[in-house]
Amino acid sequence: MTVTAFALVRLRNLFAVVMLSGIFSLLAAVLYVVLDAVDVAFTEAAVGAGIATVLMLGTLALTTGVVKEAPRKPLAALLIVSLTGALLIFGTLDMPPYGDPNAPIHHHVAPRYIEKSGSEVGPPNIVTSVLASYRGYDTLGEVTVIFTAAAGILILLGGRRRPGKKRRTAGKTGG
Amino acid sequence: MKSKPVLRVTSKLLIPAIMLFALYVQFHGDFGPGGGFQAGVIFASAFILYALIFDIDTARKVVPAWMMRVGLASGLLLYAGVGVVGLLLGGKYLDYSVLADNPVIGQHLGITLIEFGVGVTVASAMITIFYLFAGQGRQPEDS
Repeated sequence: MTVTAFALVRLRNLFAVVMLSGIFSLLAAVLYVVLDAVDVAFTEAAVGAGIATVLMLGTLALTTGVVKEAPRKPLAALLIVSLTGALLIFGTLDMPPYGDPNAPIHHHVAPRYIEKSGSEVGPPNIVTSVLASYRGYDTLGEVTVIFTAAAGILILLGGRRRPGKKRRTAGKTGG
Repeated sequence: MKSKPVLRVTSKLLIPAIMLFALYVQFHGDFGPGGGFQAGVIFASAFILYALIFDIDTARKVVPAWMMRVGLASGLLLYAGVGVVGLLLGGKYLDYSVLADNPVIGQHLGITLIEFGVGVTVASAMITIFYLFAGQGRQPEDS
């Protein structure tokens, strides 16, 4: 993953960048599988490696395939990124080791979900019951986000393409 | 892409399998990994493959853009509507236990319904976005 990330930064050919970001997503999905987060891995593989790559390629077809050289070396940006990265790594130093049963996250609501979801909600996949039932509001919010995103793109790109030219049929809104 | 018979035949074989797998992921999400989000994306990818191999105008004839917009809204409405039905039946918003006599069956029904809503919205959103991106830069026939 690190090699892919560095290659992503260095490459100037955007087609290769899109392909590499797809590979990066797939590697991330493999990482999630290793961490036993199968549902997340599934989503990452489908959305990150699949749909996002296709959409990027669609964008590339509309624009250009090679990035323009930056006018100057962005040293300030490098400094800010390094600082933020260092802070984030510093933050992880306090985290409990992976798989520690005494970690706070395992003592909040997780035991209740694991013990009760079988009798309260039913599905054997606890992820589903947490997502759809215990955290129903959150999932409703996520769906609303997707709806809003698609609606926003519809407004931005799906409107009338020729300003000054009247729409032929008022009732039909195909785009 | 009329000159690529291998791609055409292979995609014709693959697309039904992809859609069937999407439905499996959709309705088997209670038991294994998966759910509305993943199923919606997989379902959309079947159509995107179709639009890539054949033409996007052909894909538009199969799934018109207005149908995707209807799906986009109706999935979200289905999700929110299940919550409202729960309210009307005397429970809390998005509490599915009141949907049936047995709370567990009610939960199951509610989860299936809202996951279906999620799937419809996600698939419609992905196909809509793809249509819009891929349809740029060419003269659309009906907008």
